[in-house]
Formats: sequence, C-alpha cells, structure tokens
Amino acid sequence: MMAGVGTLLAVVKADCPTCTLVRPVLDRLDVEIVSEDDDAGLERSWHLGIDTVPTLIRLDDGGAEVERIVGWSREQWEAFTHVSPLGDELPPHRPGCGSKTQDPSLVDELRARFSGSVLRSRRVDLAELEDEHEAMFERGWTDGLPVVPPTEARVLRMLEGTTRAPDEVVALAPPDLVECTVEKVAVNAVMAGCRPEHLPVVLAAVEAACTSEFNMHGLLATTWFSGPLLIVDGPIAERIGMNSGINAMGQGNRANATIGRALQLTIRNVGGGKPGVVDRATLGWPGKYTFCFAERTDTNPWDTLAASRGVDGDAVTLFAAGGIQGVVDQLSRDPESLTRSFAACLRAVAHPKLVIAFDAVLVVSPEHARIYRDAGWDRARLHAELAALLQVDGSDAVQGAGGIAEGLPAHLAGVTLPKFRDGGLLIAHAGGGAGLFSAIICGWASGDVGSSPVTVPIGT
Amino acid sequence: MTTTRTVLDPTSELVPAGIPKVERPATIDGLRVGLLDITKPRGNVFLDRLQQLLEERGARVERFAKPTFTKPAPADLRYEISTKCDVVIEALAD
Repeated sequence: MMAGVGTLLAVVKADCPTCTLVRPVLDRLDVEIVSEDDDAGLERSWHLGIDTVPTLIRLDDGGAEVERIVGWSREQWEAFTHVSPLGDELPPHRPGCGSKTQDPSLVDELRARFSGSVLRSRRVDLAELEDEHEAMFERGWTDGLPVVPPTEARVLRMLEGTTRAPDEVVALAPPDLVECTVEKVAVNAVMAGCRPEHLPVVLAAVEAACTSEFNMHGLLATTWFSGPLLIVDGPIAERIGMNSGINAMGQGNRANATIGRALQLTIRNVGGGKPGVVDRATLGWPGKYTFCFAERTDTNPWDTLAASRGVDGDAVTLFAAGGIQGVVDQLSRDPESLTRSFAACLRAVAHPKLVIAFDAVLVVSPEHARIYRDAGWDRARLHAELAALLQVDGSDAVQGAGGIAEGLPAHLAGVTLPKFRDGGLLIAHAGGGAGLFSAIICGWASGDVGSSPVTVPIGT
Repeated sequence: MTTTRTVLDPTSELVPAGIPKVERPATIDGLRVGLLDITKPRGNVFLDRLQQLLEERGARVERFAKPTFTKPAPADLRYEISTKCDVVIEALAD
C-alpha cells in the first residue's frame, strides 16, 4: 500500500488496447490487478459494477470503495496514485473499452451466474430428450398456448424491470391463497412473453386481482364467462408500447397480449386456478387467455378511467369481463341520439329483464367520442343521461313478463329500477380513428355478491 | 450462451400433503350430519328433501348456509361445522 492513497485495484481485460497500453504503468504501481479474463476476476468486476476498462479504484482500509477513474489520462492517474511522472512514454490520454460485464451477448448469462442466488424458485431440470416446450405443457404450466421457458437468465432480466425485491410478497394468490412473490410474478411474466418494462403493470394487476373486492376466487369458480380485463392508463402505456388505437382489444400487440396473459398465468400457476378444477366456467371465452388494452389519450374527450376512479397517472383498472358486444350507430350526429343507442344496447347486458346484478364497461370509440366532445358533454353528463335512460319498469321485467320465465321477482312489478347499480357502469375510450362502432363489455355478478372493479396505481 | 435446460418452477411449489380420506361411516344412524347450503337458487329445496330422508334414517341434521355462493365459506362457519357435525354434505346446486 502506498502512503495516503489507500489500496488500489485495477480492472482490465486482455482484449482492450488501452489496458495493454497501461500495463507497464500498472506493473510499476502497487496495485491489485483484476482481470476479466478469468472467472474470479469477471465475477469481481460484475459485483464492482464496472462499465469501462481499465478502471482504477481506491479502497479504504475497510475495503470500501472511495473513488474510481476510467480509461487512461496521465494527469488523472498521477493525481489518483500520487506518483509522478507516470507513463511518460504513453500518449497523454486514451479512452477505455467496454467491460466484458456489459457485453450484450454475455450480460444475461453473467447475471444468472453471479446473482442467480437471489432467486428462490425450485429449479426444474429438464430431461435430455425432453423438448423444452413440450415440457412446459406436460407440467401443466401453460394456458394451452406455448410459453417461453423461464430460465434463470430470463427471470433475472425480467426482474430488471422493477425496483422491488424478488422475495417481496405481492399478494395472496387465490384460490390457494399462497404468498405470491415478485419473483413468481416475474417467472410467469417470462412465460407469458413479457418484456421487463411490462413487469410493473403485471405486478399492479396481480395486486388488484387478489383484493377481496375484485374476488378472483369467485371469478374463477363461477360458471359465468368472466375473466379479468386490464385497462391501463397513464404515460406508461405509451412508453411500454401498448395499443390503445386500431384493434386495441384484438391481437397483434405484444404488451397488451402478454401483460393480460401474465396475470392469468400467475393465477393459474401460483394461485392454482385451473379450468375444470376451480375454474368452472360453463363456456368461458377467449378473453380468458388475455384481455388488456390501454385507454387512448389523443382523442379522449374525458379524463382517464383511472382518474375518474380517483387514481391519477399510471394505473390499471381490473374488471370482471365476460365478453364484448359491438354497438353500431352510424347515423347519430348528436349526443342525445347516440346516448339512446348506447342505453338501448346496454339494457341487454346479461339479460334485458335483469337489473343491478351485472356491471358493464362502455368503450366509446374515437368517432363516437368526437360527438360528445363537440357537444361539450363531460363524463359525468354522459353517466347521468345514461342512468336516466336505463330505468327499467319492473312490470316489464318480472318473471313471466313478455312470455319469458327469466326475470325479476313478482313483487318488483310496478317498481322502477336502475339497470346498473351505482358505479356499476364504467366508461372508457379506445379504438382506431375510423368506425362508428363502440363496445359493451359485460361484467359478472356485481359488487359484494361478486366482483367490484378495482383501480390501483402502477409502481416501479 | 444461456441454456434453457433448467427452468424455474412457476407454481406455488405446494407439495401435496397426501391427506388421508376419512373412513366412510358404516351407518348414519345417530350421526350429526351438516347440510351446507351455498345459497344458490333452489339449493334449499334439494336440501329440505335430503334432510327428510336423512332424519328418516336416524341422522340428526344441522343446517348451515354460506353468506354468498360466490365466495368461500368464512373460516368461522367452517369451524362451527367442524365442531357440530360428524359428516357434512355441501349442496352445489344450480
């Protein structure tokens, strides 16, 4: 150790002209050389977080880093080492090279090798002759479509998408009510095909799905169609590449498709909610593979759905969705007429003679939304006008009325009832710029007896 | 490069405990039989008839109901049933 300079460490690699250049200088100094060309040196470099080689690091007596410099600059090195003159024969400065730990072709493998120990999930070794994709099916881990095999390297890369610790418990996952950690969500997000930047949305969705208000257990167990729908709001939607425009509810966008799927796989694999076991849906529907979209912002005449439910910024709203019914209205040019169309179609949710028992989401498309914007109708106005139009005369809806056995109990004849309970109708905005079509998404048994929509902020 | 030959278990890793089944009673005469109504429509009609048939055979019947069929039975209710009954029949009617 040199007086006053502490212990010096130099991180180098062979394939770096600057490292080769400074080698004679390092040989003159009392400095420990860490080479990225051997495993121990590479691991040390990984843990030191080296970006550039050569890096010169000063440690205090306790071994803690005091400061570091990178590349070669005679002036800097002389000041850092308190040795002068230094490297007279070298040019005055040369930039360094990228550290091996930052090599894109190595980074995932190194992360698995050097920080894999943070993962606690059971390792499953696949047999040599086993096809890895077939193996995922055979173990019952998929929704019927192929999944990405969740290797350590992939799961560690996925965990880069969140600041949360892998062992942090996100929620108790129904139906088995087991502790679901950030790591388990990441494993399932890998399988679903997510990118790391999608993970915070998946974590928020898992948290929301596992609340008693959302009642994921009941949603699985019911014979009704429903599965969780995720509507994403806030700047994160665009940042992670979600689709809120053309074909927003359809196929083709990775973020939409994989985020919704990751929630379903988490419930299936961690919670144990499998079709035919706890999931008793009579028919089900394809939205149970994945159903996730973002609200469109540039054409939205209103605040976001999440903001209207008290959560500003990045947020996800979960809804127990049981299918989509399209609404055609290509002729209305004023909000009064269009609203009457919406009300007429909303009346049929679940059954035209049933009231209050089912929630719904009305997804207003851009061409329909423009009519409200031009007329100056805010969200509250639309809700109020719809509520007024969606009053049901009990006499028309009691059992037997209209020659239909299904209906309300006889004592409700003569009573006027709302189609939707308070807060049971949500209004969202999405879709492509062309098409005078909107969508009604049917819910499940509403409120305390079933599921309530849940909106939560998306963290990091 | 990375190998995909080892993967991480995506499940809860709950090892099945292998709970042995309770032996079937030889007779229901004198047994305390719980009937759990999950509150689906007309489940009670079925259970009423079942209660009648069980009582004809000498069972003592206790009736219970879940607050809502959409949610699991509350822990307190499950405990109450376990203290009051020898066997229980759950009506999954629709």
